Amino acid sequence: MREARLADLESSVAEKLAVVKRERATHAGARLFGDRVFNITTFLLALLILVLLLGLAIALIYDSLPAIKQFGFSFVISREWDPVSDEYGALPFIYGTFVSSMLALLIAVPLSLGVALCLSEMAPDWLSMRLGFLVDLLAAIPSVVYGLWAIFVMGPWLRDHVEPLLQFGLGWTPFFTGPKIAVGMLSAAVILAIMIIPYISSVCTDVFRVVPHFQREAALALGATKWETVKTAVIPYGFTGVIGAVILGLGRALGETIAVAMIIGNSSEISLSLFHPSATLASVIANEFAEATSDLHVAALVELGFVLLVLGIVLNVVARALVLGVSARRFEGGD
Amino acid sequence: MADTAEKLIVKKLNAYFNKHHALHDVTLSFADKRVAAIIGPSGCGKSTLVRCLNRMHEVVPGARANGEVLLDGENIYGDDIDPVQVRRRIGMVFQKPTPFPTMSIEDNVAAGLTLNGASISRAERDQIVERSLRQAALWEEVKDRLRRPGASLSGGQQQRLCVARALAVKPEVLLMDEPCSALDPISTARIEELLLELKAEFTIVIVTHNMQQAARCSDMTAFMYTGNLIEYGETKQIFTNPTRRETEDYITGRFG
Repeated sequence: MREARLADLESSVAEKLAVVKRERATHAGARLFGDRVFNITTFLLALLILVLLLGLAIALIYDSLPAIKQFGFSFVISREWDPVSDEYGALPFIYGTFVSSMLALLIAVPLSLGVALCLSEMAPDWLSMRLGFLVDLLAAIPSVVYGLWAIFVMGPWLRDHVEPLLQFGLGWTPFFTGPKIAVGMLSAAVILAIMIIPYISSVCTDVFRVVPHFQREAALALGATKWETVKTAVIPYGFTGVIGAVILGLGRALGETIAVAMIIGNSSEISLSLFHPSATLASVIANEFAEATSDLHVAALVELGFVLLVLGIVLNVVARALVLGVSARRFEGGD
Repeated sequence: MADTAEKLIVKKLNAYFNKHHALHDVTLSFADKRVAAIIGPSGCGKSTLVRCLNRMHEVVPGARANGEVLLDGENIYGDDIDPVQVRRRIGMVFQKPTPFPTMSIEDNVAAGLTLNGASISRAERDQIVERSLRQAALWEEVKDRLRRPGASLSGGQQQRLCVARALAVKPEVLLMDEPCSALDPISTARIEELLLELKAEFTIVIVTHNMQQAARCSDMTAFMYTGNLIEYGETKQIFTNPTRRETEDYITGRFG
C-alpha cells in the first residue's frame, strides 16, 4: 500500500521534472535573447549618462566661445570682473567656491559623523528612527528658505556672537580681520555646512548601520569601550563609504546657488578675511545672468558654468585618488 | 577535582532575550587550566551561557542576565564591576572568524594592546605579536607577510589570527563559541591541537555542536538542553556513563 503510493509519487515527480526540462529547452533561446536585450538596454542607458555629460560640456564651451576667444587662459587666473568695461576673470569666484566649500566641509564633516554615530551606535532604535527622519527632512527644505533664514537669523547672530569671539581669539591671523558684518564668506560657509549635514550624516548613518554586528563584538570582546569599538571596528570598516558621503556633500556645496547668493555678499574681491563678502561661481551666474546685456558678459557667465563643471570633476577625481592611495598604502605590497 | 582551583564559578545564572528565558538557574564551575566543553542541540543556550561569562550577552539589545559569575572569587556581575575590564581578563573567539578587514595581520593581533589608554613601545608590541602568533600556531605561516591584510588569510588561518588577537591582551580565561563550525576538517584539527597546548596557560571554555570534538579535547563536559544544565562532569564519564537519560539520548544520537 505504502510502497505503491511512494512509487506513484515518484513517477509523478519524474513526469513534472520532464515537463520542466522540456519547457526550459524550448525557452532557452528566448531567455538568451532576453538577456541580450537586457544587457544592451542597460549599456545604452549607462552610455546616455556619458553622452549627457559630454553634451553639457560641449554646449557650455560653444556658448562661451566669445569669452574664450577674448580672454583665453587668462580668464581663470585674472582677478578682474568688471561688466561695465567688459573685463572678465574668474579667479575670485573660483577662490570663493573653493574656500566656501572646503570651509563648509570642515564644519559639516565632524558634525555629520557625530550625528551618524549617535544615530547608529548610541541612540535606541525608537529614537534613532525618529531623529534620522528629522535629519532627512532637513534635506527637503528649499534652499531659498535656508537663504532667508540665513539673512534674517543666522547672519546677524554670527555677527553679534561668533565673529567677535573669533576676532578676539584669532584676530592675529589674516582670516578674522576687518568689519564684522552679517553677510560674507563665513556666513556662506556656515549655511552651506548646515545644508550638507543631512546628506553626509544620512549616508554615514547607513554606512555605519551595515557594519556587521560581529565586528563590534570582536572589538568589545578585546575589552574595548564604546568609543574604542567605534574607532577600531566601525569607522575603519565604513571608511570608503564615509569618503563617498563627504564627496557627495562636497558636490552639493560646490553647486549650491540661491542660499549662497543671498548670504555671501557678492563681492568680486579676493580677501583672506572670512568676514569679507565674496562670491562663488554659482552665485555670480544666478545674480548676473538676468541683467547681462552684452554678449561677452553672457559668454563669460556661461564659461563660469564650465569652470564650475571642471572644478567639480577635478575635486571628485582628486578625492577619489586620495582614498585609493590611502587604502593602497595601508598594506605593504598591496593585495 | 579537589586538587585544582576553580577559576570561574557560575551560580544560579539566568539569562533573557526580552521575555524569552534562555538560561534557567545554571550553576557550574570551571577549573583553572582545564578545557571545558559545552555541548547540546541548537538553541539550548550553550552560546548564551558562554557569552554571559564575559558579559558579552548584554551587548545585544534586549538581552540581560542575572545571577553570579565569580572570577577568582569576584562576582563579575557585581555593581561596581566594569564589563570592559572583565572582557580584558576573559577573552573570546567567535563562531565566524572576525579579523578587522582594514588592518594588517600584525595590527589585528595588536588591536587590543592599545585600548583603554595603554601605550607600548614598538619593540614590546612586536614581541607580543610574535608571542601571540606563536601561541596560536600561526607564526610560521605569516611571519613573512605581517603587513598583509588579515582578510587575505584562509578561513582557518583567520580563526587562529583571532585566537592570537585574543591571547595578545593576556586573558586568564579564553571562551570559544563554536570556533570550528565555519572551518574545514584540517583547520579544525589545527584548532583542536592548539587547545591542548593553550590549556597549559589558560582556562578554556569551548562551545561545540560536535560531540567528537568535545570528547577529543576537553577535560570536562557540560550538556545543556532547553536552557537548562542537564549534566556536568568529566568528559570520559559523560560520554561513557552518563547519569541522565537526556544526556545519553543526545550523545547516542537519538535527538539533536
